[in-house]
Amino acid sequence: MSDNLTLPAQQGPTDASTETLLEVQGLTKHFPIYGGFPIKRKVGAVQAVDGVDLTVGVGESVGLVGESGCGKSTTGRLITRLLEPTAGKINYMGQDITHASRRQLAPVRSEIQMIFQDPYSSLNPRQTVGSIIKSPMEVNGIEPEGGQEKKVRELLELVGLNPEHYNRFPHEFSGGQRQRIGVARALALNPKLIVADEPVSALDVSIQAQVVNLLQKVQQELGIAFLFIAHDLAIVRHFSQRVAVMYLGKVVEVGDRDSIYNRPRHPYTHALLSAVPEVAVDDEAGDKERIRLYGDVPSPISPPSGCRFRTRCWKAQDKCASEEPPLLQLSGNRDGHLTACHFPEDPTTEARAEDVVLDPALKALEKDTADDTESKPAKD
Amino acid sequence: MLQFIIRRLAGAVVTLFLIGAVTFFLFIAGPSDYASLACGRDCSPTRIADIREALGLNLPVATQFWQFMSGIVMGRDFPDGHCAAPCLGQSFYSGDMVWDTILDRFPTTLTLTVGGTICFLIFGVGAGMISAYRRGSTLDKFATGSSMVLSSFQIYFLGPIALTVLVYSTGWMEDPGYVPISEDPVRWFVGMSIPVVVMATIFTAQYTRMARASMIEQLAEEHVRTARAKGMTKKYVFFRYAWRGSLIPIVTVLGIDISSMLGGAVVTELTFSLQGIGRLAVNGAMTRDLPLTMGVMMFGAFFILIVNILTDIAYAWIDPRVRLS
Amino acid sequence: MTTLTKTEDAPAPTGPESFLSVRDLRVQFSTEDGIVKAVDGLSFDVERGKTLGIVGESGSGKSVTNLSILGLHNPRTSSVDGEILLDGQELVTATDKELEQLRGNKMAMIFQDPLTALSPYYTVGRQLSEPFMKHRGASKKEAKDRAIQMLEKVGIPQPKVRFDDYPHQFSGGMRQRAMIAMALMCDPDLLIADEPTTALDVTVQAQILDLLKDLQQEFGSAIIFITHDLGVISNMADDLLVMYAGRAVERGSVKEVLRTPQHPYTWGLLSSMPRLDGDIHEMLTPIPGSPPSLLTPPPGCRFHPRCAFKDEVAGTLCSDTRPPLADGRAAACHLTAEQKQTIFIDKIQPRLR
Repeated sequence: MSDNLTLPAQQGPTDASTETLLEVQGLTKHFPIYGGFPIKRKVGAVQAVDGVDLTVGVGESVGLVGESGCGKSTTGRLITRLLEPTAGKINYMGQDITHASRRQLAPVRSEIQMIFQDPYSSLNPRQTVGSIIKSPMEVNGIEPEGGQEKKVRELLELVGLNPEHYNRFPHEFSGGQRQRIGVARALALNPKLIVADEPVSALDVSIQAQVVNLLQKVQQELGIAFLFIAHDLAIVRHFSQRVAVMYLGKVVEVGDRDSIYNRPRHPYTHALLSAVPEVAVDDEAGDKERIRLYGDVPSPISPPSGCRFRTRCWKAQDKCASEEPPLLQLSGNRDGHLTACHFPEDPTTEARAEDVVLDPALKALEKDTADDTESKPAKD
Repeated sequence: MLQFIIRRLAGAVVTLFLIGAVTFFLFIAGPSDYASLACGRDCSPTRIADIREALGLNLPVATQFWQFMSGIVMGRDFPDGHCAAPCLGQSFYSGDMVWDTILDRFPTTLTLTVGGTICFLIFGVGAGMISAYRRGSTLDKFATGSSMVLSSFQIYFLGPIALTVLVYSTGWMEDPGYVPISEDPVRWFVGMSIPVVVMATIFTAQYTRMARASMIEQLAEEHVRTARAKGMTKKYVFFRYAWRGSLIPIVTVLGIDISSMLGGAVVTELTFSLQGIGRLAVNGAMTRDLPLTMGVMMFGAFFILIVNILTDIAYAWIDPRVRLS
Repeated sequence: MTTLTKTEDAPAPTGPESFLSVRDLRVQFSTEDGIVKAVDGLSFDVERGKTLGIVGESGSGKSVTNLSILGLHNPRTSSVDGEILLDGQELVTATDKELEQLRGNKMAMIFQDPLTALSPYYTVGRQLSEPFMKHRGASKKEAKDRAIQMLEKVGIPQPKVRFDDYPHQFSGGMRQRAMIAMALMCDPDLLIADEPTTALDVTVQAQILDLLKDLQQEFGSAIIFITHDLGVISNMADDLLVMYAGRAVERGSVKEVLRTPQHPYTWGLLSSMPRLDGDIHEMLTPIPGSPPSLLTPPPGCRFHPRCAFKDEVAGTLCSDTRPPLADGRAAACHLTAEQKQTIFIDKIQPRLR
């Protein structure tokens, strides 16, 4: 079993691929909430995804980042049509699959595959690895050259598992190996697009890298497009050529990797990047801006009016509450770098003259320590 | 909270109406002929016609349903007398009003239920909790072992043994029977004590095991560990933190048990020759006395609903997360 | 008695430096499948007012270690041997009563998931007040005042109102703040934080980490910070202990361990983590294989089956002899000092750019 995948060094981001594979417009998913008396009726909705625009080119890897409740997983499930969209459009290779029926969807289903977060619960414990990987072919009636079993063995080999383990059960594998099985299953139908929903976040650090490398190999060697959904910004950066940042059901900023990570404009992107804890190897670690928001993400049941980030934003003004900022290319941004903000930040992540600290507790404590840096604070 | 109770009571009324409707249409408007059942074997057609007339079975189904439902709320007149609300009809067999029969039998069932519940809650849940607290001790092993043995017994096995030992061979106690508490509290107590204790014994065994398992599960909860990490004593954590959560499964099962006991503890009643609701239901079914069967069923359904509401109130009292949602 | 030797900028010692001292700690669980050696001969020290980071993956024994310091392991299924000295007091042999006096008072703990770690049945205020009333003999009123003061300190808005709220009425980040407030109620000398931000979102994590750091400045508690995230630890800790399969494999100051790591496992951890400013053309270098089962751990160095450099060590040393972890800055590895340095400079450092 080879765990070290040796590969030629990755090429730079393929210039924004010319051909569009998947196009999503105004994608919306509201989960209704029922209640009331005596007759139950819809009393509200969780606005999980609310008007998301996104494109994925052929063979391109797009990252979708955001915190819990931002709707990134729901977006992935809408695109794979595991959920029915409330509104909006999903175009796959020129074909509108937004509300396509089961039968219409059948040929597309095999081309769009999904990898799930939890390698423990997403594999049927009563099936052998072989039949798990084989089942997509059986369901879709696909008979590859040399037979299904041969294909399964090839896939096992491809994902770095021993083909001899064909007849083993999922519980005989470790978490990282199970995720490899999930990858093999997704590859069984030669997909064009794989939606990977937090594929490594349930794994230990040392195992994460194995799976990230495997996915990268699959993406580059087989030319499969990826929608990589994750909350870990460093992994998304490592994997994705383009990145979309989501907040409370909306894309707030999208662009090529360099623009998002080095020239972000949306205050939320700045806050996210600043919050990532990094191993400070150099002394000049202090050159990163420090932004500390306050509190948690508001409820998607009643999101703030206008710009959804305004309740936690240090630049918010009246306009932000009344007017929703459109996702636009701001002046100075590269092509395809779109930002939804009325008052964008400077395109840099360098340290500021003064840290942005919105947390009152932090502010108070840091003021105390600044006031008496010398004298030891009194204990109570 | 008040709003919650009102809402649930209103829901219960609607449910009862639906149960009434279903019961009515299944039995009265159903395929089997009510009149020929009431008449019995070797019945002349004229007699059947008379009965149909007397019971109003010639009326349209809707009118019959109205008579039945309004009878429950407002009472109803039968050829041989008035049936006061809540009127569940008149028994074919005895000619008695079903409601009166039920009221006559209910005290026996109520005594069994209340007495039994008190016993098995105190001994069963108590033993389970102590067992969990002293997990692995001799006491725990004894409680677990004996409850395992006891819960595999049945009332019709333990009952005759108890009767043989306590009544027939030694004469220490009288044959069990129900004497109204208003008439003679002592004889009421003595007469019902053997059935109550025998029934409670079997429940006790089940509740011991359930309470122990539930408690052990709670003790493994993270918030229980947090309380220990704050330095609270084992006893405090046990009775404040773990105890509360462990009640939830107990309350759930208790609700089911109480409502089914109120609907009649058939086996217990038969074993000890008691005349309770369960016996009534069995008699009704065996004699094909449809009004009686229906009456007992609706009576039981009423208790299921009431106990369900009480169970929900208990949940809200135990767990604040239920209160607000 | 050994202590972590500090770099030259260490403050002048003012008393017994190691406030918590763990020596040769062994924790074993008996399970149906056999005996799990969750912690196997672990020694470390924590200085007063300093933060020790313990980093390791699942099953490395980092959480078990800290539960046994508090005496919260299950005595029916686990056994703890060795020596744990808290301010001179032996904890392994301490009675339940003695431990109860210390817990929540002199040493307190912050758990990973504040949703499950706070009781759903009682108000936040009550849960905060309890330890203060117990350990300080305070009245209900005094405890309430203290709790409100602490809630305010950790940044809970309207603390007087929120005092009567239940944990489920708090958001995730606010719950963890309440948890921190609860741990600090009695002004503990030692605070054990077990993955306190793993369940939180990244922007909330940043708030909580900074808050913990600032509170430490004010309260002067020593902190044991357990995490799997090297990024988090590099911002939080003074000293660092890397654990693998129940043993410590490397220790030193955070700067030393993260800048010039000496153990192949630490190298592996660092090079399997993508960095925000790393070279995107560089592939990650994962550690092959997976962590061993602690039912049948490998003999010798527990990392040797996954180690890429075991061939550089002569003979069968790696597979039959446990490498010792020296005092102070050290790594438990059979490679010689020169080998470690050469490998790090030639092979590892380029990956970390």
